Amino acid sequence: MTIRSLFPIGATIALAIGTLFAQTPQQQPPPPTPPPQQPTEVSTTISSGEGTPPRFAVPDFIALSPDAETQTIAKTIGQVLWDDLNFEREFQLIPRDTYATIPAAHGFSDVPFDRWRELNADGVIVGTVQKTGNGIRVEVRLFNSKTQQSVFGKQYEGSGANPRSYAHTISDEVHEQQRALKGVARTKLTFDSDRDGERMTGTIEQRGVKEIYICDYDGENQRRVTATRSLNINPSWAPDARSIAYTSYRHGLPNIFVSHIYQATMEELTKNAGNNWLPVYSPDGTKIAFGSTRNGVNQIFVMNRDGSGVRQLTNGPAINTTPTWSPSGTQIAFTSARTGDPAIYIIGADGLNLQRLTTDGYADRPTWSPAPFNEIAYASRTGSGLDIKVIDIATRKVTQLTFGEGTNESPAYAPNGRHIAFTSTRAGKVQIFTMSRDGKNLRQITRAGNNEQPNWSNVQR
Amino acid sequence: MRTPALVVLIAAAMMVAGCHKNKPPVTRPAPPPVSTPATGARPPAPPEPVAEPPIVPPEPVREDAIAAASLDDLNRNSPLKPVFFELDSSDISAEGQAVLNADAALLKKYPSWTVTVEGHCDERGSAEYNLALGERRAVAARAYLVSLGIAADRLRTVSYGKEFPFDPGHDEAAFAKNRRAHFVITAK
Repeated sequence: MTIRSLFPIGATIALAIGTLFAQTPQQQPPPPTPPPQQPTEVSTTISSGEGTPPRFAVPDFIALSPDAETQTIAKTIGQVLWDDLNFEREFQLIPRDTYATIPAAHGFSDVPFDRWRELNADGVIVGTVQKTGNGIRVEVRLFNSKTQQSVFGKQYEGSGANPRSYAHTISDEVHEQQRALKGVARTKLTFDSDRDGERMTGTIEQRGVKEIYICDYDGENQRRVTATRSLNINPSWAPDARSIAYTSYRHGLPNIFVSHIYQATMEELTKNAGNNWLPVYSPDGTKIAFGSTRNGVNQIFVMNRDGSGVRQLTNGPAINTTPTWSPSGTQIAFTSARTGDPAIYIIGADGLNLQRLTTDGYADRPTWSPAPFNEIAYASRTGSGLDIKVIDIATRKVTQLTFGEGTNESPAYAPNGRHIAFTSTRAGKVQIFTMSRDGKNLRQITRAGNNEQPNWSNVQR
Repeated sequence: MRTPALVVLIAAAMMVAGCHKNKPPVTRPAPPPVSTPATGARPPAPPEPVAEPPIVPPEPVREDAIAAASLDDLNRNSPLKPVFFELDSSDISAEGQAVLNADAALLKKYPSWTVTVEGHCDERGSAEYNLALGERRAVAARAYLVSLGIAADRLRTVSYGKEFPFDPGHDEAAFAKNRRAHFVITAK
């Protein structure tokens, strides 16, 4: 958000450290010679040399200002960065409680590399935090502990209000630079929740309300988006991660709304009689697919993002619902009950080339993975409840990810396809969890009230 | 704040509404001021719906259209009985037809009633799919009533999926109560 990367690595080091780190590989004097074909990228990534993920240590960042707030910020950034880097499993993060005997550095010039090598660290991330006139300055280096060279360096300046966001940015940039991986540390989840315990006015049963919430990918910074005192469900991020489309019953019938959450403005996209719900943005953000009963039985429709240009994609006497776009935006997968139990189908975004995808019984609520994975996660009725399964679209191979730990629903992919958010009743009420796309690394995201229908954002543009 | 010479009714009302706590003017008017003469001697009816405290982005709050206490009483113990459904089904059973026959008779007796037909599901389908399934149940109940001569424009359908179970239990007895089309009288 307010973080700016001020300098690329070479300039940062030249400016801040002078000649102290003259051996830093990327510190090339800028000669006005012909543009180099490839910079010397080879030596800037750290490997374990053993075919296993490199082992990284992330000690607390160093507070260069003596006040307690800077100390806290420095500690927080180190802890959160450890968690962020651990999330993608690209590095082996050395547990922080083993760092206790290693003397803390005071800056980038006295990092005790020999001690870090004793912990078998291939890389050490060292950072500093300094108060500025109106915020903080954060500098970070990733050192190869064997060569003692900095292979990654950045400097950020901004507000000190949310130190976690610095860690998230550093994590995404380290993943990008070291592993050419799109990290998700800066992404957010949206979901609906009844946690406030508010009751609808005007109903006999005093029905509970659900409002739309957002939080960071790790469950922190949970914030409410709507305040309608009605039922709000099916939240879905726009690709720029600045708007959320959702279904609201605020006027009685369910209709599709869009909240532009950083502008505090809102649009009502469907005002049709009939029930309209389950909006999902196309990957380019120009269109929204949704379900509607406006012409009778529930069918899939597509409209422009402003609500214009509505066209019907599916037909027939059976329910067709819960659309999800392919990453290219050329196809839509959906649930159809046309042969009895719900099953997943795929149709072209032009309404042509319908094909059935799943044949394993009750299969519902598909969500299409982003590239490079070509798979669809869905909710399958495996017993009294539902479980999450994934089907490979090319091979039709089905992998089950949950196994009756409560009921498990509403899978939603992270934008890099490596993680799935979903809901589960395994901890009592309905809560949001994330897991790796192989079903491992479970993490509980919500705890208050019931929380449902998660949707995972891109990195905000 | 303002010059007291120019105080008119509207300004007085604004000041009361504004409720300056920190700096009371030197001569503060008595609490119940000159609010009555223009609009007649009605007790101060709450003029606006409850204003929600603005949270993240403030959004407009609207009162649900369903109001009126007498309707509440009617709906609290509704003479229109709900219809129940089998798992994954929106078919009206013989038992359901009998219920709807009685409901239709009532709707003919009170021809001014308009009704919202709510479709509901048990928790075994997904929250998302159940929206469509609940709608099918509401539509099935509505279609049956229309076939008995009830005007279609008196019956609005809405699905709540599995959002509002009648019975919060997790067994078949609860599920059977939750798979239903439920009638809410919206005008009489």
